[in-house]
Amino acid sequence: MNDMTAAAHGSHPSGLSYLEEPGRYGGIRSWLLTTDHKRIALLYLTSVLTFYAVGIALGVLMRLELLTPGETIVKPQTYNAIFTLHGVIMIFLFVIPGVPAIFGNFFLPLLIGAKDVAFPRINLFSWYLYIAGAFFAVTSLFTGGGPPDTGWTFYAPYSIRTGTNVSLAVFAAFVLGFSSILTGLNFVTTIHRLRAPGMTWTRMPLFVWATYATAWVQVLATPIIGITLLLVILERFFGVGIFDPEKGGDPILFQHLFWIYSHPAVYIMILPGMGVITEIIPVFARRTIFGYKAIAYSSVAIAALGSLVWGHHMFVSGQSYTANVIFSFITFLVAIPSAIKVFNWVATLYKGSILIAPPFLFALSFIFLFSIGGLTGLMQGALSVNVHIHDTYFVVGHFHYVMFGGTAYAFFAGLHYWYPKMFGRMYSQRTATLACTIMFIGFNMLYFTMLVLGLQGMPRRYYDYLPQFHTGHVIATVGSWILVSGLIVMFANLLIALRKGERAAADPWGGKTLEWQVPSPPPHENFEEIPVIDRGAYDYD
Amino acid sequence: MFSGAASTIATKVDSAFLFILVICVLMLLLITFLMVFFVIKYRRDKNPIPTNIEGNFLLEVVWTVVPTILVIAMFYYGWIGYREMETIPEDAMPVKVTAQMWSWSFEYENGTRSDELVVPINQPVKLELFSRDVLHSLFVPAFRIKKDVVPGIRTTLWFTGDEEGTYDLLCTEYCGLRHSDMLSRVVVMSQDAFASWMAGKTAHEAAEPAGRQLLESQGCLGCHSLDGSRIVGPTLKGIFGRKGRVLTDGAERDVVADEDYLRRSIVKPNADVVVGYPPIMPSQEGILSDEQIDAIIEYLKTLQ
Repeated sequence: MNDMTAAAHGSHPSGLSYLEEPGRYGGIRSWLLTTDHKRIALLYLTSVLTFYAVGIALGVLMRLELLTPGETIVKPQTYNAIFTLHGVIMIFLFVIPGVPAIFGNFFLPLLIGAKDVAFPRINLFSWYLYIAGAFFAVTSLFTGGGPPDTGWTFYAPYSIRTGTNVSLAVFAAFVLGFSSILTGLNFVTTIHRLRAPGMTWTRMPLFVWATYATAWVQVLATPIIGITLLLVILERFFGVGIFDPEKGGDPILFQHLFWIYSHPAVYIMILPGMGVITEIIPVFARRTIFGYKAIAYSSVAIAALGSLVWGHHMFVSGQSYTANVIFSFITFLVAIPSAIKVFNWVATLYKGSILIAPPFLFALSFIFLFSIGGLTGLMQGALSVNVHIHDTYFVVGHFHYVMFGGTAYAFFAGLHYWYPKMFGRMYSQRTATLACTIMFIGFNMLYFTMLVLGLQGMPRRYYDYLPQFHTGHVIATVGSWILVSGLIVMFANLLIALRKGERAAADPWGGKTLEWQVPSPPPHENFEEIPVIDRGAYDYD
Repeated sequence: MFSGAASTIATKVDSAFLFILVICVLMLLLITFLMVFFVIKYRRDKNPIPTNIEGNFLLEVVWTVVPTILVIAMFYYGWIGYREMETIPEDAMPVKVTAQMWSWSFEYENGTRSDELVVPINQPVKLELFSRDVLHSLFVPAFRIKKDVVPGIRTTLWFTGDEEGTYDLLCTEYCGLRHSDMLSRVVVMSQDAFASWMAGKTAHEAAEPAGRQLLESQGCLGCHSLDGSRIVGPTLKGIFGRKGRVLTDGAERDVVADEDYLRRSIVKPNADVVVGYPPIMPSQEGILSDEQIDAIIEYLKTLQ
């Protein structure tokens, strides 16, 4: 790869970094009207993290309410609105856009040696759609019949009949869907058309592979949820009777349409995270990735098989016996490419020269927590066991292990890994390690307890609970306090470093991929000269 | 599993769970052990020069084939238990279950109703599930059974209680404001005790006024109390002749609950909504006949 000696010292031999570049507009407009993929990534970073903070606050409130049986701090209607919003915000405003819109935007062009994404203006437009969707979601809280109380799944016929502001919330998700589709489209085109000369498909960094697989799912699956949500709105306003059995509709049809998107969406959420982990592990082991092709193709296999398993959300819905058996079988097959990834990550540590630093610790936490998430998924894939744990806290625990322990931890790992590149400064590594440790303890206390509660028969979305579940709820709530303390330490550390952190070198971790070959922070158009690639992405020889 | 097993299927679900659990725990231990072991053994100050290994075809094959075999075994184990759950014995005692926001009602073959599910021990019981409004789901943790109750569709499930006792029955499909209060119980008793319970229940029911029976069977009492306490809707105690403020087409007005008012509130509940209560009662039009509504109103008059 191109060896830019000047860049290695973190200085900018010619011109300014993307943060200082004056561009066509000044002041705030240089951000709001930017078409630079890196600035757009920071726009996403700011807005996504703002909503993440709101989502966390709602989660903490929920845990607080559940500290004691009966009423603790809020009334049942408020509680039902809180868990709905927690779900909507976390899924649509944090987990889905998190890794692809922030790290995908910032690093995809850098990793393939491009100056920007294929459609920079559409890229900015996607962010505005995200903001518009978020605006509608927030507006739904304060207008009409009050905040929606259906759960993020909007199951009919309850969602058709409730007097709360479901229509606007659903419309918000519809708009957010377009943001996701356009981002996916942009990435697919970018990867096909803008790779640097010599960057063949098998020389691409694996984060790019993961983003590529994700982008296809975004483009192909998201329109289905868009149509479904429109049908809900039509039914609420005009009573067309597609889902409400009272008007001749079919509530199971809604579940099919909802999960045809929302299960693949789970892979939209996790695949880019897996990609981040795949970037981090070889760098800190200072050796090439083990099983490049196995990891790349398993991303594609997950995206493909993951699109065929939605029915496993409906094993007790009244769906036919045959459908259940088939969906259960395919569900187990998805476990295989996921397991392949985990084994290859662990094998990459073998005979490495391992540097223990915060991004790596978050990545190791990811592997552990995601493994629990995946393995508890196997338990739910088994039909007879699923019947018992369906719609209980076991499911809640499982998807928090996958979405939080998986995607969010990958996000944290990526944030600590790429932070010096994005901002040109280094945070306190000691504080980051401390935060990671606190979070790990709190996380398991909170969510492992949920798995146990679920096995005991505690149903999800319960405002109140029977006395036998009290101990578990107390442990989980205390766990949530520990987890949030860790999160606060982590984010505070990163915020402080924005101003006070030491200047970071171009390649502080010793990475070999292209983003480390340019200065920190990168210049406006990334590369002075488009690099010519003549070897693989993880070449440590 | 973690809560006691009290049905014939429960032990089979638990053994499938244990089988998967053991494999999963071993997998997790293996992954975690290797990860920690490599990190300690190959940390930079101990092993400054890494060895580049690009992959190993044999290993890739092994860790593709072994998990494939394991997950197919898990699939099979889960399937055979489920097959039994979905195969209802011919001699199963049918019970019709009606779910509505936020109560359960159980009706036996002889027409007797109960708000708790009482069943004889070692007798297969087949539940036919109906919903009056939105989705619900019937869950008995001790029996390891669950099935959604879907409006417009008949769903079924069955079980055989094999241990006398009282077990929680919960709703596990979110159904609105009081979802977490939509609880009942299953009582498993000896054949003799069941026979005498049934006889007593049937006799008691026959002695009750028709209006009272309807309030119970239609699930009215899930939201309207008879003792003056507030649940979801206004209490029925002293309802006849009561004065109150209602919301009619967005405007408040005073009304007296006479026969006409009560009739209208049953047929078109949302025409007049008592101030301070949510407009969520489903219309009973076409569900209750005129005679039945008369019977209810007659009964309400007695609740002073």
